[in-house]
Amino acid sequence: MSSNMIIGQYVPGNSVIHHLDPRTKITIIFFFVLIVFFANSVMSYGLLTVFSLGSALSTRIPVKYLVKGLTPVWFLILFTFILHLFVTKEGTVLFSILTLDVYSGGLIQGLSLSLRFFLLILVTSLLTLTTTPIAITDAIEDMLGPLKKFRFPVHELALMMSISLRFIPTLMQETEKISKAQASRGVDFKTGPIKDRVKAIVPLLVPLFVSAFKRAEELAMAMEARGYQGGEGRSKLRKLQISRLDIYSFIVFGLVIFGLFLTRS
Amino acid sequence: MQHFIEFRNVSFRYREDHPWVLKNVSFHIGSNEWLAIIGHNGSGKSTIAKLMNGLLLPQTGEIFVDGMPVNENTIWDVRKTVGMVFQNPDNQFVGTTVRDDVAFGMENHGLPREVMLKRIEESLQAVGMSEYERHEPHRLSGGQKQRVAIASVLAVSPELIILDEATAMLDPRGRREIMETIREVQRKRSLSLITITHDLNEVTQADRVIVMNEGETWMEGVPRDIFAQKDALQDIGLDTPFVTKLAAELSGAGLAMQREPLNHQELLEDLWTLHSKM
Repeated sequence: MSSNMIIGQYVPGNSVIHHLDPRTKITIIFFFVLIVFFANSVMSYGLLTVFSLGSALSTRIPVKYLVKGLTPVWFLILFTFILHLFVTKEGTVLFSILTLDVYSGGLIQGLSLSLRFFLLILVTSLLTLTTTPIAITDAIEDMLGPLKKFRFPVHELALMMSISLRFIPTLMQETEKISKAQASRGVDFKTGPIKDRVKAIVPLLVPLFVSAFKRAEELAMAMEARGYQGGEGRSKLRKLQISRLDIYSFIVFGLVIFGLFLTRS
Repeated sequence: MQHFIEFRNVSFRYREDHPWVLKNVSFHIGSNEWLAIIGHNGSGKSTIAKLMNGLLLPQTGEIFVDGMPVNENTIWDVRKTVGMVFQNPDNQFVGTTVRDDVAFGMENHGLPREVMLKRIEESLQAVGMSEYERHEPHRLSGGQKQRVAIASVLAVSPELIILDEATAMLDPRGRREIMETIREVQRKRSLSLITITHDLNEVTQADRVIVMNEGETWMEGVPRDIFAQKDALQDIGLDTPFVTKLAAELSGAGLAMQREPLNHQELLEDLWTLHSKM
């Protein structure tokens, strides 16, 4: 399951998009998500499609990998298309299947919505595909910076995220260890009716939670021993830096927005 | 003489209605000294470590670190001076990669980035982990993680490092790695060192040993004198090293040793020179 799903997975690479500042990527994607809803003509959709496919190709992540990775999403896209095809009753009747009439409006609506959906998923997954989770965390911390004035715990939030990221593999290993230990005591995770299998998760979760809390306590102690006293007066090793590449990307994206409003009908 | 760390009549208990964990403990450690604290579980040895950098504060008595009394106002300076390595390699690794983890302590103390970069390189080199700079913790062995923990402590350039059972969760190879790393580091930088352990094999290289039992300092001396008291050590639940046991058996059989051997090498030397003296 996890090997097929690419949303949220990082693919190392050396492309322009990989080297962009994570803040640039987040900003551009945020505005892209907004402007997708402004497209309403063939030309404007074409422009956005060219932009997204161009970006995706420029990451040099194999197309096959992308297409396969979006498998669960293809189904949703198709579903959206079919739903709109039959439900929308506008324009002229094109043809009918059994008793269902298909209208031209439905075809257009279905096509445009599923395309919108596809573009959104593609572009947003490019963020996680080309950016390490920790870089995204840094970017979020930096971009939420102004909220510190309103006493929003920005630093704490970012630290929580980075510690969770650091402990995901550790807890996965632990889960495996516990499940083996419990299996050796006769717990059956793999066969039997769903109800039994769900019940079998309890002896897995309880020790996992207990050990996670113990870890948290020890980690807190270790952090304090190393002088951690909150975000105040802390310096940072990882540094985000806007380069010329970022400025070029903003210019290109600006042109896309400009083009979009020219080609809208 | 100015002691680097001094405990003056320190008593501690975790809660009012709990028994005392430490009872009127006094000792000191000089600069550049290697002190080993041994004792079985619950003898209060780990509590001593936590008291030394203000993770816990004593109910009675005073603790001085580098002349500063340890209290609420000084703990942040104390923690800069006293670095600690804990038992569990995983639960003290904060960063997502080795270099982030080494940087964590320095970030806390607000060191500028250029200094951090330089010190990351130096301290990773000191523990022989330079080539792992970009590795994530789950790709490292337990011994490697503990070496990173030592590097993280070194990066803040403390004057004392406490290893609180730092080898207890490692396999023999990891244990050897850590002890070698520590010896190397102590030789190259002027550092005081406190190793806390229940494994007597690890105290042979220390300058001085304190044996803890039921919250009291039970014995204090150089390793050789401590090992000579093997029966008493066994009485309080500490297992003596194989060489010590063997030496005891040999002297029981009439082969009197001239000194208490600390390791295989010394025992061997004593044995082959024995005949010429008889």
